[in-house]
Amino acid sequence: MIKFTLNGRTVETDAPVTGRLLDLLRDEFELIGTKEGCGEGECGACSVFVNNLLQNSCLIPIGSIAGADIQTIEGIMETEQFKVLDESYSIAGGVQCGYCIPGMIMASDALLSKNPHPSEAEIREGISGNLCRCTGYNMIVDAINLAAKKGDGLWKRK
Amino acid sequence: MSLKDISTSVPKKDHKGKVSGQLPYISDVKLDNMVYGVLYRSPIAYGKIISIQLPNLPEGYEAVGAEHIPGPNYVKIIKEDQPIFADEWVNYIGEPILMLVGKDLNILYSLLHDVKVEFEEHQAVYNLDEAIKQESASGVMASYEFGESLENISAIEQGAHQIIEEEYETGYQEHVYLEPQGMLAIYKEDEIVVQGSMQCLYYIKNALLSALACGDDEVRVVQSPTGGGFGGKEDYPSMMACHVAVAAKVTKKSVMLVFDRSEDMEVTTKRHPAKLKYRTALDREGNILSMCVDLFLDGGANEGLSSVVLQRSLLNSAGVYKIPHFHAKGYVLKTNTVPNGAFRGFGAPQSFSGIESHIGHLSKLANIDPLEYKRKYLVKQGDLTITKGKFHDPILMEEMIDDLLYTSEYKKKKEKFQRLNQQDQRYKKGMGTSLFLHGCGFTGSGERDHIKATVKLVKSKDGKVSLNISNSDMGQGIFTTLCKIVAKELDLPYEEILYPYPDTKTVPDSGPTVASRTTMIVGKLLERAAKKLKAQWQIGVEQEVVEHYIHREMIPWDEKTFTGDAYPAYSWGVNIVEVEVDMLTGNVKLEKVYANYEVGKVIDERIMKGQIDGGLAQGLAYGYLEKMTSKQGRIQQKSISDYGPPTSLDVVSIESKVFDNPYADGPYGAKGAGELTLIGGAPAVQAAIEDALQISYQQIPITPEVIIESLWMKEGERD
Repeated sequence: MIKFTLNGRTVETDAPVTGRLLDLLRDEFELIGTKEGCGEGECGACSVFVNNLLQNSCLIPIGSIAGADIQTIEGIMETEQFKVLDESYSIAGGVQCGYCIPGMIMASDALLSKNPHPSEAEIREGISGNLCRCTGYNMIVDAINLAAKKGDGLWKRK
Repeated sequence: MSLKDISTSVPKKDHKGKVSGQLPYISDVKLDNMVYGVLYRSPIAYGKIISIQLPNLPEGYEAVGAEHIPGPNYVKIIKEDQPIFADEWVNYIGEPILMLVGKDLNILYSLLHDVKVEFEEHQAVYNLDEAIKQESASGVMASYEFGESLENISAIEQGAHQIIEEEYETGYQEHVYLEPQGMLAIYKEDEIVVQGSMQCLYYIKNALLSALACGDDEVRVVQSPTGGGFGGKEDYPSMMACHVAVAAKVTKKSVMLVFDRSEDMEVTTKRHPAKLKYRTALDREGNILSMCVDLFLDGGANEGLSSVVLQRSLLNSAGVYKIPHFHAKGYVLKTNTVPNGAFRGFGAPQSFSGIESHIGHLSKLANIDPLEYKRKYLVKQGDLTITKGKFHDPILMEEMIDDLLYTSEYKKKKEKFQRLNQQDQRYKKGMGTSLFLHGCGFTGSGERDHIKATVKLVKSKDGKVSLNISNSDMGQGIFTTLCKIVAKELDLPYEEILYPYPDTKTVPDSGPTVASRTTMIVGKLLERAAKKLKAQWQIGVEQEVVEHYIHREMIPWDEKTFTGDAYPAYSWGVNIVEVEVDMLTGNVKLEKVYANYEVGKVIDERIMKGQIDGGLAQGLAYGYLEKMTSKQGRIQQKSISDYGPPTSLDVVSIESKVFDNPYADGPYGAKGAGELTLIGGAPAVQAAIEDALQISYQQIPITPEVIIESLWMKEGERD
């Protein structure tokens, strides 16, 4: 039995320790916002926070999360930061097919938490682990830039 | 929200569910009584199946194969050449032979490992070069020939100063939609509901009616939120739908089939690799006297949509130019490789890369700036097309080019780059252009003869209006744009227009979501339907209006002779790209991208920008970044990083502008836009690399390996 914190609640699972965190989140906890795009840590669609660090949940064995603090898109959906990102992505037109977007939002939040006022180059670097095939990234870069401006002070350097 | 100018952007209909991740894509769906399917696929490229031996299957696990298909064993697309489950011959590595179905995926994979199939292996044809060499009639899946007679051309060539021959090659391109393919068949006593990631509901429904040999009300197709398509979910999902539907019939359970990325990359359709041969007669000054184009597409193992792709390739074989005495012929050749299919651009990107490359090289011979040389041949309104159709509408290309030259400071920068390149021995800068068009909608009389689109608007008692059409929003934004058209026409708030995910039980066949037809064709039908509804509007009453496609006859298209108006309208584009090439590593860095387009009238500026940026990113990458190969019939790139689609670090911001030129038969003047934006990327990037290195290339993608090799060759020539 493995105990960990999931979106602020203490939970436990008896799923096999060699299983993937991605499957645990999706199958056992029915958190569908974490998507599978490649299963090999290349696309970032399954991005979650593990102890506040952005990670690809497809690469994380369940055995390694004992005691960890896991946050998925569902866990940040009610935050002020998410609201700013949501609005900024809408205004900038960052969402097309949407499949990469929850992962992109996680990456955006992670970037802004580290660097509340990133330059364009820093934004590109910050989301370079998250693939998007629809937008060519520019409108996502614009969205994050806009969020940084709108959310001034919301993301404090940790 | 009321709409003053149709182009003004509005919030996207599906934004909320997507940004929170709570909108369920097909792999997010879980049902009671749902089992999974996994496919046993051919490990050999060509051969005969001798025997199939299944492992002992635990309770609740079943095998489904050709013997279970109630109807004929092929996926209905155009020809009857694609088995649902191969039962006699296999024609490519990855061809499905049978499906194992059961509750637990891990158990299914281990059972799959124990399936034993014995084959009699035959000599396969692995690539286009082998297929061309074979010259066997049975290997030709489709061919067309048209234009000036070869006799006349031969006479012109005899009087020419020079004949230039070039051979050009383009590679595979993989869609890499972020959501892998997925399909679910929901089993019910009296119907099978097939739900999944798709572009063409009625293609799938027709394939199911054939495979299941059942009545119209026994199958139903519902689109799930679709995580990108780009053509990859045009033809391929029909096969998956047949797999899950047959399995659901057999097992009386709901069956889910979802690919992981490597399976998706290895077995689903791709952009056709192509070879293009040019033979051009020139006079003393380098003017074009005649041109012959021979075009070969690698169809892969089944024809699928390849003959239609070839048509579009050929129709674009002269680019945007009026070439005197033009002749073209083209073939789709069979190889024992993964079948190739639809991909944004649909045969045009190969042709435009080829012709832009060739014309660019001719300009060097004539010692004229490529853009200046291209402009000499640019088509104008009233000119005949290469198929003796006509460019009926105004063409704004001259204006668009002038504007882009100004924005990009083309002349000044070219001179500056020349100076810099003389000083810097390692990093070389270059600038390249591309001119292109895209024929909107189906080729020829396809809309009239094959598609026959119908749309329906349904008004509820409380005055909300629903779009009942079979078109898929796969990210391109038609939920938003088509609702805007109807809202504006009815003078209703945009929020009161609804566009639920289409379900064949309630929507008529408004055609597939392909060919840059949705906004122009379906949008126009909706505009007309909305006008009709407005005229009949009654408060507090449920109402329905239906509209059918009306063909505006111009110069009738004849597929046999390849003459007439191939398209009702064209959209246009100009790209200018700046690159920096590292002579040491061969790496190409995009520095600036400029783009002007003309798509009639933009329905939503923000959505159009999304199409521009996304299409260009794919198109540019097709020219220098994305490389997929097949070796002995096996796709070599099975993961995203092996293949290399662009990341946020590969793309730069794109300076783009869209010109208004309303088209009479499009809603508010709109024409097609989705495919156009991809087409100019690769040829512009090639031209920019050539400009930087002063080397001519005969292929895309121009990867670092290609660049380094060409630099060695150049060095060798100098020694």
